[in-house]
Amino acid sequence: MTGHTISRNRYFLIFAALIVLLVLTISMAYVDLGPFNIIIALTIAIIKAVLVILYFMHVRYSSRVTWVFVSAGFFWLLIMFTLTMSDIVTRFSF
Amino acid sequence: MDNEQLTHETRSFVAHQFDDLEQQKEAGTLGMWAFLATEILFFGGMFMAYFVYRFSYPQVFAAASQYMDVALGGVNTGVLLVSSLTMALAVHAAQEGKRKQIILFLIITMVFGTVFLVIKGVEYHHKFVEHLVPGFDFHYEGAEPGKSEIYFILYFIMTGFHALHLIIGIGVLTVIAVMTARGRFTKEYYTPVEISGLYWHFIDIVWIFLYPLLYLIHVHK
Repeated sequence: MTGHTISRNRYFLIFAALIVLLVLTISMAYVDLGPFNIIIALTIAIIKAVLVILYFMHVRYSSRVTWVFVSAGFFWLLIMFTLTMSDIVTRFSF
Repeated sequence: MDNEQLTHETRSFVAHQFDDLEQQKEAGTLGMWAFLATEILFFGGMFMAYFVYRFSYPQVFAAASQYMDVALGGVNTGVLLVSSLTMALAVHAAQEGKRKQIILFLIITMVFGTVFLVIKGVEYHHKFVEHLVPGFDFHYEGAEPGKSEIYFILYFIMTGFHALHLIIGIGVLTVIAVMTARGRFTKEYYTPVEISGLYWHFIDIVWIFLYPLLYLIHVHK
């Protein structure tokens, strides 16, 4: 099989990174940064998700067709978020 | 891969519509990702609703999120991350054809999944006692109880569907563990272990976003 095997150590390394990022996201939430709090929280969450997708879900070592399938899912999500939020943030005045 | 070199036993794993194991594995992986794309949009719709209402009522969401247990949510995030690690190790064991290790890691993964559900249940119970479950004698002390209820509706629907996925995931892993014990997988053929892992990791990713968005909105005072 061409199935690329990742060494066990790498899994533990990724896991350690995920825990560090979890601690980071909790500690950053206790600092008042105004609107930047949610931006930092989302950035850390996206980094964590990418780590899980690339290594735990083996996408980094998968075929190009798999990459297309993975990207497509998030691409449609991005279309929904972008179009809806561009409406919401410009339409109402609270 | 040269099919001639495979043992008869391994060749029997290839369904008749595929040329070889490689192609079959690729098709299985793509099928799972196509399903996960629909799952991304399923949860995406709820996240969309969340962002719209959080943008519309930022103070209300900040106040209502004070009722979340940051510590329990944080522990639960750690629990799911551990379960993802052990799931990855189960797939790793499958690649090496170590049957006992696969079963061991699958069981550990399911145990951590169950721990998550128990902690979630404790949190739900607290909300129930505090009358913060919409539809069940909802009574909110703070300002804007009507708009705050939207936050709690989103909280219960999003974490509820997440928990449902986890329950299904535990069911799937149980089946995979039984199949492993019955010797259905080899070093060459372990695709079901791998794609069940994809599902499990997806559930982890959903929670990675739910935790900061629902629990950590306004912990700084």
